[in-house]
Formats: sequence, C-alpha cells, structure tokens
Amino acid sequence: MTWAAVVGAGVGCYLLKLAGVSVPPSVLERPLVRRVAGLIPVALLSALVAVQVFSSGQRLVLDERAAGLAAAVLLLVLRAPFLVVVVGAALVAALLRLA
Amino acid sequence: MTRSTVRDSLGVGVATGLYGASFGAISVGAGLSVPQTCVLSLLMFTGASQFALVGVLGGGGSALSAAATAMLLGTRNTLYGLRVGPLLSWRGVRRAGAAHLLIDESTAMSVNRDSPEDARLGFLVTGGSVFVLWNLFTLLGAVGGNAIGDPRTYGLDAAVGGAFLALVWPQLTTTANRVVALLAVAVALGLVPVTAAGVPVLAAGGVALLAGLLSRGTS
Repeated sequence: MTWAAVVGAGVGCYLLKLAGVSVPPSVLERPLVRRVAGLIPVALLSALVAVQVFSSGQRLVLDERAAGLAAAVLLLVLRAPFLVVVVGAALVAALLRLA
Repeated sequence: MTRSTVRDSLGVGVATGLYGASFGAISVGAGLSVPQTCVLSLLMFTGASQFALVGVLGGGGSALSAAATAMLLGTRNTLYGLRVGPLLSWRGVRRAGAAHLLIDESTAMSVNRDSPEDARLGFLVTGGSVFVLWNLFTLLGAVGGNAIGDPRTYGLDAAVGGAFLALVWPQLTTTANRVVALLAVAVALGLVPVTAAGVPVLAAGGVALLAGLLSRGTS
C-alpha cells in the first residue's frame, strides 16, 4: 500500500503541475479558487505540525516533541535557515530523552 | 543580467537541495524504504507534499489519506503554472518536461526576471539544480537515516514537526492566515481522538475552503 501511495500521489502531483502550465489561465483564475488555493497550504501544514507533535495514534500527548517544536519556533524567530530549524528540533528532543 | 540569474538560481538550488537530506532521513524514520523514499523525490518532486505523505503514513494514516493530503498540497503548483506557463511559452515535450520542475523555488526565480529569456533561464537553472541536488541528498539522508537505528533516539520524530513549521512559517505574516492556521490546528487536534489517522489533517483542509468562501468580497 505504501508503494501505491508513493506512485499514485507522485503521478497525481505531476499532473497538477502539468495542468497549471497547460490550461488557459482563465479557467482557473477565479478569485475564490485563488483564495482557497492560497489558504490550503496554511491549513494543511499547520494541522500537520499539530498532529505530528501532539498526537500518538489516537491519543493527544505532550512529550519531548513539544520541546523540539518550541526550539523550532525560537530558531525561526531568529531567522535560522530550514536545515538548522529541523536539526535543532531533533537535537532538543533527543537530548531531553537522554536526560 | 544573465550571469546574475544563473548565480542566484544556483544559490537557491544548492540551499534547497541540501535539505533533501532531512527529507530522506525523516522518510525512512517514518517507515518508508530507501527506494520508496528516492522514488518520491524523483516522481513527486515537491517538498511539502513529500513531507506530508511520509508524515501521514508514519502517523498510521491510510495510503489514501496520505496521497490525498500530498495532492491537496500539490495544488499550489497548479497556480504557479498559471503564472509560469505564459512566461515559458513552451509546447509539447518541452512543456511536459518543464512541468516536472515547477516548484516554489523555480517559480520564484522566474516570475521576477526582466526578460522572457531570463525567466526561462532562472526557471531551468533553479529547477534543474534543485532536482539534481534534492534527489542526491534524499538518497544520502535515507541511507544515513537507515544506518542510525531507532529514529526516536535522534529526535527525528520531532524533526518532522519542525520541518512543517518551517514550511508554513513564511506564510504566517497576515492575520487572516494566522487565524486559518489556529483553526486548522484546533480542528485537527479535536479530531485526533475520534477519527482514523490521516483524517484530522484532511479535515483541517476544510478550514481553508470555509475561510475562502466566507472571505468573499473582503479581500
């Protein structure tokens, strides 16, 4: 099933790109489409942050991942690059588990 | 102009390509194999969707909800295409090939150029260099991630949340976007205990639809 998701969504994402450069802009260039499409990444990525950090299966949990997220927030406020933010979050969680 | 276009594009390509290593490590940490991880970077080639797919699968979500989340995130590339398509003005095989390189970075490096030639150059050099390095570093990250054993020991599970936050962070500059983000978090966490894994994130996408409909005429 993992392969089905990998290949299916991979092909799907390519077709979404191809549609953008192929269809006449007038077909998709509508205010509502533009607004919703702009908000989708904001909503999905925010939800992914919450679910990845505060859930374990069907349970809501507060563990070392939350401290990792706090570190990520701090690093983003300090304008650290992507890789530093990701490694920083991992490092804080790993160190807390050692302690 | 042409030289600075190439230089800037390569700079973006190197910076972006490097964090393919974090994707590779996170993907195998989430339970995907090295080949699956590499095929994702080759075939899907759009970072946020890739992170989302492995995030949902790693959290126990079904293949269908993982694919749906990844594709919903991939819709923004369609909108990029609407802007980049006329700039490139290619047809047939060239357009089909260029479509694969249509991502945040190649769009950003082509729409702000002075001439169509520079726009094409910025698009191709940025998209091409990100593609080569993103795939190379995905492989290195996946092999490295596999070698280190339990991903939790190294906080790789916490790295996933950090990666998503870093991806959404630049968009949290307006009040409207911040409200949508908070509502999405509330909807997702509220649904975690009562729905199957993968569903909370998809349902949060409904917040975007609702907010778009309700803000009709206000923007």
